[in-house]
Amino acid sequence: MTAVLDVEGLRMHFFTKAGVVRAVDDVSFRVERRGILGLVGESGSGKSMTGYSIMGLVDPPGRIVGGRILLNGRDLASLEPEAWRRLRGDRIAMIFQDPMMTLNPVLRIDTQMVEAVLAHHDVSRDSALARCREALAQVGIASPDERLRAYPHQFSGGMRQRVAIAIAIVNKPDLIIADEPTTALDVTIQGQILFEMQKLCRESGTALLWITHDLSVIAGLADHVCVMYAGRIVESGSVDEVLDRPRHPYTRGLIESVPSRNEPGRPLPQLAGMTPSLLALGASCAFRERCSRALEACAEAPVAEWSGERSLRCRNPLP
Amino acid sequence: MTAPLLALRGITKRFSRPPDLAARIAQRLGARAERTTVHALDGVDLAVGDREVVGLVGESGCGKSTLGRIAARILEPTEGERVWNGPVQSGAGDRLAVQMVFQDPYASLNPRMRVVDIVGEAPVVHGLVPRGERESYVAQALERVGMDATLMRRFPHQFSGGQRSRIGIARALAVRPRLLVCDEAVAALDVSIQAQVLNLFVRLREELALAYLFISHDLGVIRHLSDRVVVMYLGRVVETAPTAELFARPNHPYTQALLSEVPRVDIRRRTYVPIRGEIPSPLDPPPGCHFHPRCPHAFERCRVEVPALREIAPGQRSACHLNEISR
Repeated sequence: MTAVLDVEGLRMHFFTKAGVVRAVDDVSFRVERRGILGLVGESGSGKSMTGYSIMGLVDPPGRIVGGRILLNGRDLASLEPEAWRRLRGDRIAMIFQDPMMTLNPVLRIDTQMVEAVLAHHDVSRDSALARCREALAQVGIASPDERLRAYPHQFSGGMRQRVAIAIAIVNKPDLIIADEPTTALDVTIQGQILFEMQKLCRESGTALLWITHDLSVIAGLADHVCVMYAGRIVESGSVDEVLDRPRHPYTRGLIESVPSRNEPGRPLPQLAGMTPSLLALGASCAFRERCSRALEACAEAPVAEWSGERSLRCRNPLP
Repeated sequence: MTAPLLALRGITKRFSRPPDLAARIAQRLGARAERTTVHALDGVDLAVGDREVVGLVGESGCGKSTLGRIAARILEPTEGERVWNGPVQSGAGDRLAVQMVFQDPYASLNPRMRVVDIVGEAPVVHGLVPRGERESYVAQALERVGMDATLMRRFPHQFSGGQRSRIGIARALAVRPRLLVCDEAVAALDVSIQAQVLNLFVRLREELALAYLFISHDLGVIRHLSDRVVVMYLGRVVETAPTAELFARPNHPYTQALLSEVPRVDIRRRTYVPIRGEIPSPLDPPPGCHFHPRCPHAFERCRVEVPALREIAPGQRSACHLNEISR
């Protein structure tokens, strides 16, 4: 089966006055039809920038300097900006953390949704509206006709995020990139959104790339996971494999520091130190300073080793 | 039982906006005066014992932050009383005894003040420390929260999120409080940094014999830190119980829903069964039990009568009419 999205050795660097920031450095993964891939990392790990690179939304001084982004076998990185624009919002769509940034506050929902359809398809306004209605119903919005005539400020945070999702799915894309879409929402609303997204992927076959810092959301939603640290994927594989038997010291540290896994009141196992500046990475493994298993050999950054669908970037992995 | 350190009884807080110019003109012309009022808190009781950690959970708009601010005397309640039974420092009353740690470590530190001033200002103003000993006192305060004291001349922007959190905690502890109100104090931090700050809270509690009112929407954090949990929904307490009991046997339908919605690392590819609807607006709360529009078990009485918080097991109290039927 061919993957909907196949990213190979993607590199995206920022060329700043202070130096080159390797925000995304040799990142490879694939998402299959109906598949849900979780991309986990802390702030500054490059997980959002990976999403932006796939969408072609990287602005100068950032630039894709290497690698391939294959969408249904077609390389996006070598496309002209205009060709990429035609795919964006049609074949690939993105959902952002803050729906108020996605929605234009002075336009009604119907204007914004119909625009998304007409930008890519030569259909009448009425049939575009019919598609919008259908998309709103799919994300669980009651009385879509009424809601289409409302403005974004008349919606609650959870409803706005549903509208943003509806805009993303209105053209039935092959791939949806979701960048922390539930982080700003309450637990019960988050549960509802996760439920809708899961249902959508199962029913329509859309592939989903879910970017988050929250391992527990990934555990409940995704089937594969990539863990990012300082611009690189340090470990990837199926959710069960990676979360139950982490082999990279960073992955294990992350899992262990989640409070709900630990006995209440006991000190949490903690990762010492903090994420390094991407400007001062040097040649050694980026996690070396914080790692309890660091060796002399870690002065040279490890390369990703693959076994089956599992990858690992560590010179002294856990057994 | 000894008196709790801090007792809040029947706290009600309403926010309303004074009429603006247009509204006053409209009123003068004979329009009916309609003031929109936010019912943030509605008859809430809360007690925090000596050295006790009380976790306060709820979703946005449930009034948990307002309650925390009333506990710290940043806000005055519209109705109800606040009783402090702990020791007080001379001259300052109980003002210094309860301090607050805020959510956003970026917005809660003055960007134009150096750390030494941020942490050292209050103890000097309140006469706890002579001006000449300020620096050594700040150095001590920073070391207590695990920071390098030589950094005290720096400004907040020179620190990372985790370090700023520590500065916020050092500032709160500088006036030697007995109770810390932590309002989402770890919510803005990355997982690995969050673990470091949570460990700091646990250590400080033992070293300084502190009590905490720990406000969070994150049930994992609450479970880890608290002795007792208070669950709020739309301005009212719906359930309170010792932490282990609450997580083992949640009674109120809202607590049950909340616990079942929480994603966990050890639960894989689950099928989400969402609870219906959204939190109603505190501008216009529903009559009867506030949870009834979303409750799968709601019946006629829930729409009319407000359920009282009743003891259902030792230490566990819940506000639900269902408890009276099943008996």
